[in-house]
Amino acid sequence: MVEHLTLNPEPVAHGARPVYQIERLSKTYARNRLVALSDVNLTIHKSEFVSVIGSSGCGKSTLLKIMAGLLPPTTGRVVLEGQPVVGPRRDIGMMFQQATLLPWKTTIENIVMPIEIRDGRAAARQARDRATDLLELVGLGDFANVYPGELSGGMAQRASICRMLVSDPAMLLLDEPFSALDELTRDFMNMELQRICTERGATAFLVTHSLAEAVFLSDRILVMKARPGHIVEDVRIDLPRPRTLEMINTPRFGEIVAHIRDLLGREAFV
Amino acid sequence: MTDISEESGDDTVWVEHEAFIDSIPRWVAMTFLFVAVVGIWDLVTRMGWVSAIILPTPSETLDDLIFVGGNLITGNYMLDALWTTTLTVFYGFVIAVAIGFSLGVLVGETKFGERAVMPYLVAIDTMPKVAFAPLFIAWLGFGIGSKVALAAFIATFPIVVATAAGLYAASENERMLFKSMGASRMQTLLRLKLPTGLPYIFTGLKIAAVGVMAGAITGEFLGGGRGFGALIRQSASQLDTPRVFALILYLSILGLALYFTVVWMQRRFVFWNKSDRPGGVA
Repeated sequence: MVEHLTLNPEPVAHGARPVYQIERLSKTYARNRLVALSDVNLTIHKSEFVSVIGSSGCGKSTLLKIMAGLLPPTTGRVVLEGQPVVGPRRDIGMMFQQATLLPWKTTIENIVMPIEIRDGRAAARQARDRATDLLELVGLGDFANVYPGELSGGMAQRASICRMLVSDPAMLLLDEPFSALDELTRDFMNMELQRICTERGATAFLVTHSLAEAVFLSDRILVMKARPGHIVEDVRIDLPRPRTLEMINTPRFGEIVAHIRDLLGREAFV
Repeated sequence: MTDISEESGDDTVWVEHEAFIDSIPRWVAMTFLFVAVVGIWDLVTRMGWVSAIILPTPSETLDDLIFVGGNLITGNYMLDALWTTTLTVFYGFVIAVAIGFSLGVLVGETKFGERAVMPYLVAIDTMPKVAFAPLFIAWLGFGIGSKVALAAFIATFPIVVATAAGLYAASENERMLFKSMGASRMQTLLRLKLPTGLPYIFTGLKIAAVGVMAGAITGEFLGGGRGFGALIRQSASQLDTPRVFALILYLSILGLALYFTVVWMQRRFVFWNKSDRPGGVA
């Protein structure tokens, strides 16, 4: 079974064009000479959902920050849609562990904020229709003019999905987006995320601590190990789509989870 | 449907006990405390346990309250004194807000401010600021200027510290969000850090509102002039204790007015933060 799952590091091309390409990426923190990432190579294709999983300190957050243009790499090439990533870009949408909605702005004002920051208030006003559609998409149609203090944790994260999507980014970067939610809400949010990504053909990169979440959502899972941070294996998830919560109980799902757990080894739990 | 309910039959209803002292309504409690304090005060003075020069009787104080109140209402010299002090407090507060806020942004937003300016501010802040009063009098004379300077000097530091702390209050995730949206430094400051820091800044303003009163009155004690502080000192030197009491009470109205103006502004501008209003006072 295990051999069955093991894949070549370069995934089988499925016709889709590459969206995000990373070659020979390394990151060394000058302050303590810590090698956070070493020789990371990665290609993400259009409409692909890729997750990275690994123990704390394996460099997955560093990888995400470099991909977002928030942190410069030490060596290597980082290219999104043919353009090198040398800073934050409007074609990257991000989502964080906390919803980070500004409490003094209404839900819809929060959602159009990326537009407001980049293009000004007039453009943000024009984006309101699009924001309203997005709110409908995530089932928050009635909450456009409510302040975030009145939203539940799951609703707030759904609003932050809208904020991520409002500028129609080519690449979604998700930094443990649902890890602060309770498990039932989390399952529901994963279903929602899958639906939204499928509907929009979104290309996404997810950092997570949850094996089940990674397997549930992903086409591929990158298993990372620390010291120095590197990709151990690129696991293709061959479960059919759309995925359902019932699949979590199937033997195939269990096999994949067991395989990744095996790869992570004891390191992941200490 | 469980075994327990079938066996026992009746519901388990019980009431949480509330201590008597916690169950008194606000207005009853306030009235009670007021009556109690005035009652003890009256007893102590009536029995002659304390000299009338040190502590006047409540009725004497009430007489003076009415006299001073009348003087204030008819626009007599005391109203001029109160107006002088009000102006001192107002100018002092405005100057303190302007300087304190600017320095706070410098300290909280720039590494230069944090590394170079903050240590000197801390050094000055630890000094007893009232000791600077003779300097201000020497520089600015016996007019309103030296009082305004002392008031502003005392009130500036809490605003600096609060503003700087407020600018640090935005979370790592929020900063990352703004960075990822490509926000400029100014955009991050104006649209994230300042609004997030507003509750802190208002806390600083409340401390400053109290400090500016203390500074103004201290200035008038030490530098004379025509303010309410000078009136108090004058009455005190004539051993007219009831008058001193009455003047202090009217002065406190000025302090309360300033304080609650700040509280009102906080409620208006920081409408999303409902955490810090215990009993509607803070």
